[in-house]
Amino acid sequence: MTELLRVEGIHKRYGKEEVLRGVSFRMERGETKVIIGPSGTGKSTLLRCINLLTFPDQGQVFLEGHEVTHHKAHINRLRASMGFVFQDFNLFAHLTALANVSIGLLKVKGMRKEQGRARALAELERVGLADKASAFPAQLSGGQQQRVSIARALAMDPKLILFDEPTSALDPELIGEVLSVMIELAKEGMTMLAVTHEMGFARSVADSIIFMESGVIAEEGTPQALFTSPKHPRTGQFLRKITELYGEMGG
Amino acid sequence: MTFKFRWEWLPQLVRGLGLSLEVTAICVLIGIALGLLLAFGRLYGRRWISWPCRLYIEFFRATPLLVQLLMVYYGFPSWGISLSPFVSGILAFGLNTAAYQAEYFRGAIQAVRPGQTLAARSLGMTLPQTVRYVILPQAVRLVIPPWSNELILMLKYSSILYMVTLPDIMGEAKKLAAKHFNSFDVYLVVALFYLALVLVVTLGLRAVEKRLHIPGLGAPGEHR
Amino acid sequence: MLLRAFLINLEVLVALLGVGLVAGTLIAILQVYAGRLIGYLAFLFEWVFRAIPALILLLLFYFGPPRFGFDISPFLAATLALGFRSAAYQSQIFRGAIQAIPTGQMLAARSVGMSRARAVVTIILPQAFRLSIPGWSNEFSGVTKDTTLAYAVGLNEVLRAARVVMDRQYNLAMLAYLTVALLFLALTYAGNWGLGLLEKKTRIPGLEMKGIGGENR
Repeated sequence: MTELLRVEGIHKRYGKEEVLRGVSFRMERGETKVIIGPSGTGKSTLLRCINLLTFPDQGQVFLEGHEVTHHKAHINRLRASMGFVFQDFNLFAHLTALANVSIGLLKVKGMRKEQGRARALAELERVGLADKASAFPAQLSGGQQQRVSIARALAMDPKLILFDEPTSALDPELIGEVLSVMIELAKEGMTMLAVTHEMGFARSVADSIIFMESGVIAEEGTPQALFTSPKHPRTGQFLRKITELYGEMGG
Repeated sequence: MTFKFRWEWLPQLVRGLGLSLEVTAICVLIGIALGLLLAFGRLYGRRWISWPCRLYIEFFRATPLLVQLLMVYYGFPSWGISLSPFVSGILAFGLNTAAYQAEYFRGAIQAVRPGQTLAARSLGMTLPQTVRYVILPQAVRLVIPPWSNELILMLKYSSILYMVTLPDIMGEAKKLAAKHFNSFDVYLVVALFYLALVLVVTLGLRAVEKRLHIPGLGAPGEHR
Repeated sequence: MLLRAFLINLEVLVALLGVGLVAGTLIAILQVYAGRLIGYLAFLFEWVFRAIPALILLLLFYFGPPRFGFDISPFLAATLALGFRSAAYQSQIFRGAIQAIPTGQMLAARSVGMSRARAVVTIILPQAFRLSIPGWSNEFSGVTKDTTLAYAVGLNEVLRAARVVMDRQYNLAMLAYLTVALLFLALTYAGNWGLGLLEKKTRIPGLEMKGIGGENR
């Protein structure tokens, strides 16, 4: 089957607030799906529920048929097969760029040192940062850090990469370099699930878009469908506001 | 008002200094080991572990070292446990510094940004792996400033140990003072010894800190 | 009986904190605002009084004066020795606080015509003191413990009283010392609580700073 990810009925509450109220969707292998919506609608929480950085109160997540949310699941192994790119990059501050990319290979996948280094270097090249291999995160710009973090995720040969607002913490002129990498990945057939405000990216690269509001999926469809003839009134409102604000960047 | 210094005091004082350093070194090691245990206990342990750890730390930090020392040296014998000055000193001092070090370790571990843990977990690392490869390397660098402080404090407070008749530099000084009827000058020399010691250790620690330094990884509020 | 002796400790505490406060503020101001030479001297003072162990300072202050022909009581020796030492630490706290105040404050004060001295007293210091409270509480709880060092110069304080108890009834030794420990625990908590209250009452929104660590046990 080509279904890679299946999310069913995710509920999550923080204290009194129910942030996710029953979210379900599916993703095919090679699909690029973008989640958009107003802030605070639980988009990031949803992503974290998928690789169990946060535990959903209810609901299930299936990766290639294996239930991630099962209490007996080998969560670390499953996490290793899903890449996660954070809004704040979260590069390991005490390691060089190269070490950041290779540490997962060496410690989680148990690769040998030389092998790991070589592969890490290759991934850094892929994102255009081979020359920064021995730099520390503090010595890199935001855009460079984010690209290293993408390289770190790629090195693990993930089946799926989750992007949590990857460009929101970047200065405008640095957003482009990260988006280019993401677009390349999409073209190469990587399965990607991204929460983002970059409408240009969504419109030109996504296979499908989810519009979330108040903890549920308000509408889901192709970029064409959503942008030109949204079914839900709020979808249209939101899209108009956002495209005004962020312009038609990327692509 | 002449300064009645005698060169013959030096060998005796230096011998005492050796003991002071020895005791301090042992206590530092006890402090690190026990301190780490306490810190982990407080951070990662269940209620029945973290609570006693907390109580221990609070008690040893809120009560004077001298009181703790005398409790061990005089108190224990009254319960039937007799301890030599050396052991009493090491015990009291070691327990005391462990409490302070535990707090510094805890602070440093907590100062490692939570995003680092998230990133480690999302790569598939287990908790022990995360602590070993991500948290500890950073915590070590973050803990150096307060820990260096602690080390220097320990050096200085080791001067108290002579009160349980330990023949360290102060103990020797007291003997000399009695012998020559000259407390002030003797203690002045001892003060100079300590000044020099503190200077040397401070410089040494600064060198260590430089060597371990990673750009961008400084303690939050390093110089308050 | 222990309690009565404990009061002596408290007296020393108050006295030395007073000395420390006054001297500390003075030194801090000198370090920040006075010329290079005075600043350097202040720095030297700070360094000497911080690098020499408290106990030794105490002994020097106690045995020093007789050497030069003066008499000094254990109480005075303790107060001065520990007081000046505290001044060294307090000056650090105050200096940090003063430097944390935006330079704009001084500029504004001068631009309405205040002299430097007046600006320092009416504008800078009030803010600096509020900022110092956390660091100062640290110093407070540290210094309370140092009062026990006066035992070494024969002051009739609580540890001496405990010793007397022990001499009379040996098997009460542990109990006596435990009581002393608890007295200090109580004092530390009371002090922290009181200072916390002070901080809350004098708090001004927007005026905050991280405190400096304590250096006593």
